[in-house]
Amino acid sequence: MGARTISPRALARGLVSVAVALLLWELGSRSKQWLGAGVFAPVRALLGALGFKETYLPCIGAVPPPSAVVHAWAGVIGDLGYWQSWGRSFLRVMGGFTVAMVVGVPFGLLLAVNRTAFGIAFPVFEVLRPIPPLAWVPASIIFWPTQELSISFVTFLGAFYTIVINVVGGARAIDGRFFQAARSMGSSRWDIFRRVILPGTLPSIVVGAVVGMGITWEVVVAAEMISGGGSQIGGTSGGGLGFFIWNSYVGGSYEQIVVGMVSIGIAGFISSELVRVLGRQITPWLRSR
Amino acid sequence: MAIRSFLTGRVGTRATGAVPLVLRRAADWFKSPRPYLMFAGFGLLLGFWFLTVEVLKLPRFAEMPGLTVVVKEWLSRDPTYGLSIHTREYYTHIGTSVWRVAQAFTLATVLGVPLGLLLGWSKRFREYVFPLFEVLRPIPVLAWVPLAIVMFVRTESAVIFLAFLASFFATALNAMLGVESIDETYLRAAECLGANRAQVFRHVIVPGALPFIFTGLQISVGVSWFSLVAAEMVSGQYGLGYVINTSYSTVRYPTIIIGMITLGVVGYVTSAAVRVVGNSLMSWRVRELALRGPS
Amino acid sequence: MSVAHSDSAGATPPATRGPSPQTSPAPARLSAEAGTRGAIRIDGLVKVYDPQGAAIKAVDGCSLDIDAGEIFMVVGPSGCGKTTLLNAIAGFHDITAGRITLDGEVLCSAERPKAAAGSDRVVVFQNGALFPWKTNLENVTFGPSVQRKLSKPDALAKARELMAEAGLAGVENNYPAEVSSGMRRRVEIVRALMNDPKVLLLDEPYRALDALTKSVMHEALLRIYYKNKVTIFFITHDLEEAIFLGHKVAIMTTRPCRPKSVVTVDIPHPRDHRVLTSRRFRELVQETRAAVHEEARKAFEAGEKEG
Repeated sequence: MGARTISPRALARGLVSVAVALLLWELGSRSKQWLGAGVFAPVRALLGALGFKETYLPCIGAVPPPSAVVHAWAGVIGDLGYWQSWGRSFLRVMGGFTVAMVVGVPFGLLLAVNRTAFGIAFPVFEVLRPIPPLAWVPASIIFWPTQELSISFVTFLGAFYTIVINVVGGARAIDGRFFQAARSMGSSRWDIFRRVILPGTLPSIVVGAVVGMGITWEVVVAAEMISGGGSQIGGTSGGGLGFFIWNSYVGGSYEQIVVGMVSIGIAGFISSELVRVLGRQITPWLRSR
Repeated sequence: MAIRSFLTGRVGTRATGAVPLVLRRAADWFKSPRPYLMFAGFGLLLGFWFLTVEVLKLPRFAEMPGLTVVVKEWLSRDPTYGLSIHTREYYTHIGTSVWRVAQAFTLATVLGVPLGLLLGWSKRFREYVFPLFEVLRPIPVLAWVPLAIVMFVRTESAVIFLAFLASFFATALNAMLGVESIDETYLRAAECLGANRAQVFRHVIVPGALPFIFTGLQISVGVSWFSLVAAEMVSGQYGLGYVINTSYSTVRYPTIIIGMITLGVVGYVTSAAVRVVGNSLMSWRVRELALRGPS
Repeated sequence: MSVAHSDSAGATPPATRGPSPQTSPAPARLSAEAGTRGAIRIDGLVKVYDPQGAAIKAVDGCSLDIDAGEIFMVVGPSGCGKTTLLNAIAGFHDITAGRITLDGEVLCSAERPKAAAGSDRVVVFQNGALFPWKTNLENVTFGPSVQRKLSKPDALAKARELMAEAGLAGVENNYPAEVSSGMRRRVEIVRALMNDPKVLLLDEPYRALDALTKSVMHEALLRIYYKNKVTIFFITHDLEEAIFLGHKVAIMTTRPCRPKSVVTVDIPHPRDHRVLTSRRFRELVQETRAAVHEEARKAFEAGEKEG
C-alpha cells in the first residue's frame, strides 16, 4: 500500500455512487412507505415473495432525509456544546487507546519472546477474549470508583485484545533466519530483541493499532450511550458524541441523530488515518512495496 | 518413548492413521510444559479472584461476587438469583442470543461475500462502490442504535440489524482483501489455459480468496457478538446482554458473572465452528500448513 | 548462419565432432503436424513501461526468428527484459511498437498492441502456477475441462497417460504442496501439453531447482519434446542449460533488451547428459561465455532488480 494516486475517473465514479445513494435516501425518506419510494417496489415485492413480512424491513420513511440532516448540522455547528462533545469523545478515545498500547505492546512482546509467560498467560487471554468488552460494563462499574474510570477500563479492554493478538502474531511470524543472521554476527539477547524483534513486529503493531483505534471508538460511543442514555446503568457523567446521539433520540430530534452519526464517522476516520500515517512513518522500509 | 509406543501400539515406526496420530499428539502435549503452564495461568486468575474477594476481602473488591458464590450459584438446582445451568431461562437466553447471531451472521455472509468478491475482482465496480462502502464503515455500529430503533418497528429486527451491520463490513472487506491477495500469476495461468472470465472467477478467484474469507468470517462472528450484546443491553428482551444488564439493575451480581462467562464460552464455540467448517472446505491449505510444520 | 536442426526420429547428421550421443530413438508416434507449428517471428519489438511517467524502455528493437518445432533459448542477465518478450508473446502485456506473428498470423502489432492470451501458447511460470487448491490431476485437466475440448473421461485418460509418461503416476490425487518441486514442474509442463499447444513458453522454470534436480529435469523435458515436437521458447540465465537444450541460443543485452547474438547449437538431437562433457559442448560454451559475462557485468553495475 504505497502512495495511492486516485485517477480523476475513479474520483468521479466514487462521487457518482455517493450522490446516487444520497438521492435514494432522500426519496426514501420523503415517501412514508416501507422501504421508501416506488424505486424500491421490486425489492419489496421480492422480499415479500420470500416470506419477509413488512415489519421486518427498515422503514426508511421514518428516517430524516439528507436535506434535513444538513440543515440540522448547520444549526449545530455554531453550538459550543457540539464541539465539546467532539473533544470529550476524542479525549476518551485517546486515553483508552494510549493505555491499551502502553500495556498491550509490551505484554504482547513478552508473550512472544518468553515461552513460559506465553504458556501461562495466553490460554487465559484466549478464554477471556470472546467476552465482548461491553459485557464488562456492569462489573466494571461495580469495581471502579468513578464512572469515567469504568468506561476507560472497558475502552482499554476492547483495544487491548486486538493489539496483543496482532503483536504476538507479528512477532512469531518473524522469519527464523533473521535470528540466525543476528546471532552469527554476535548479537546478545538484548540486541536481538531491540534490533530484530522490535522492528520486525512493528508492522503488526501498526495494524493492531489501526484496528484497535476503530474498536476503541465503538466502545466509547457505546459506553457514552449506555451511561448517559438514561438506561438502568445511568449516571450523571455524559458528554461526548455518543451521548449527543442518544440525547437527540430521546429529545426527538432525529436529524441530529444522523448528524451525530456522521460526526463520529468522520472523527473515527481521522483517528484511524492519523494512526496509519504515523505507522507509515515508523516503518519506512515498507513504503517501496 | 515407552508411553508413546504404549499409546500407539507400535514400537519404532511412526504410526499412520488418524487415531494414533491424535493419541501421539496428546502424549506429546502432556509431556511438554504446556498443560502445566496453562493450569498455572488459570490457577493464578481464579486464585487472584478468590483471594481478593473472599479471603482478603479487599475494600475495592467488596461488592464483587466471589468465585465460590458464582460457582455455587451457577451449579445450584435452586439458584438464589434465578439463573443456573438447571434453570430453563438460562438456555432460553442463550438460545435467543445464538439465534440472533445466526441470523445476522448468515445475512452478512450471504450479502457480504459476493460484494467483497466483486469489489476485489472488478476494478470498475470497486471504483463505483468502494468509496460509498468506506464512507459508511467508520461509523461505529453502535452509533446506529437510535436510528435502528427509529427505522425498525420490530425491536428484534433492529437488534439483528445491528449485529448484521458489523459482520457485513468485516466480511465484505476481508473477501475483497482475499481477492486482492491472489497472486497475479494464477490469473495469467488460467487465462493462457483458455479459461474465460466466469471460469477464472469460479476456479481461481473464489478458491484463492477462501482463506481470507474464512478469517473474515471468524472475525465477523466475534464482531457480531460484540454488537449483539450492546444492542441487547440497550433494548430488547431475553438474550445474554439483556441478562447482564438487568442483573446489574436488579442487584443480582453473581448472575452478571455467569452471563459473562456464558458469553465467552458461546462466543468461542461459534468462532471455532466457523474455523472447523473453513478447514474442512480448505483441506488443501490444512495439508500445506501441516507440511510446513510448527512454526 | 547455418541452421542444422535435426529432423524426425533418429537421423544423425554426419560431420559432428566428438562422439555422437546414443539415446533411445524417439517413438514413431509423432503426428503429421509435429514440428510444423509454432513458428514465431518477432519484428523490431519495442516495449516502454509507463510512457508518461518513468518511461522505462525494457525492449528496444528486438527481432528474433523462431522456427517451427525447435527449441529456442533466450539467455540474459536478470532484469534485462527477456520476460517482457515472453509476456508479449503470451498476451499478458501490450507492446509499444513492432510486431509478433505466429505461423504467419499477427499476434500483436502497433495497431493491436495486446495479443489475446490463449492455449496455443501456454506458459510455464518461474515460481510455478499450479493452483494450490486443486489436486495435480485437477490441475492437469484444467485446460481441456474449461475449454470443453475433450469429454471428461477422455481428458482424465489423456491426463493419466501423460502424467505416467512424465513419471508422475502415483501423485495424481495429491495437492501440489505435497510433492517435490521437481514434480511440480513436471505437472505444470504436462498441464500445458494437455492443450496441444503450438508453442510452450517457459519462463526460467528451473530457476528454483537445485543443480542435480535440474539436470534430470532437462532430460525429462527433452524426452517430452521428442514425443511431440512442440515449439519451445525458453528463457533462462543459465548458459549451459541453454546450450544443452536448445537448437538456437539468443544472447540478450541488458536493458534495453536486444539480441546480442544468436548461436546455432550444432550438436545433434536426440541429446542426453553425456553431451555435457562432449568437446563440442565445451567449445560452444567457451565461444559464448564471454558475451554473456559482459552483459552480466553491465547488469550488475547498473543494479538491476530481477523482474
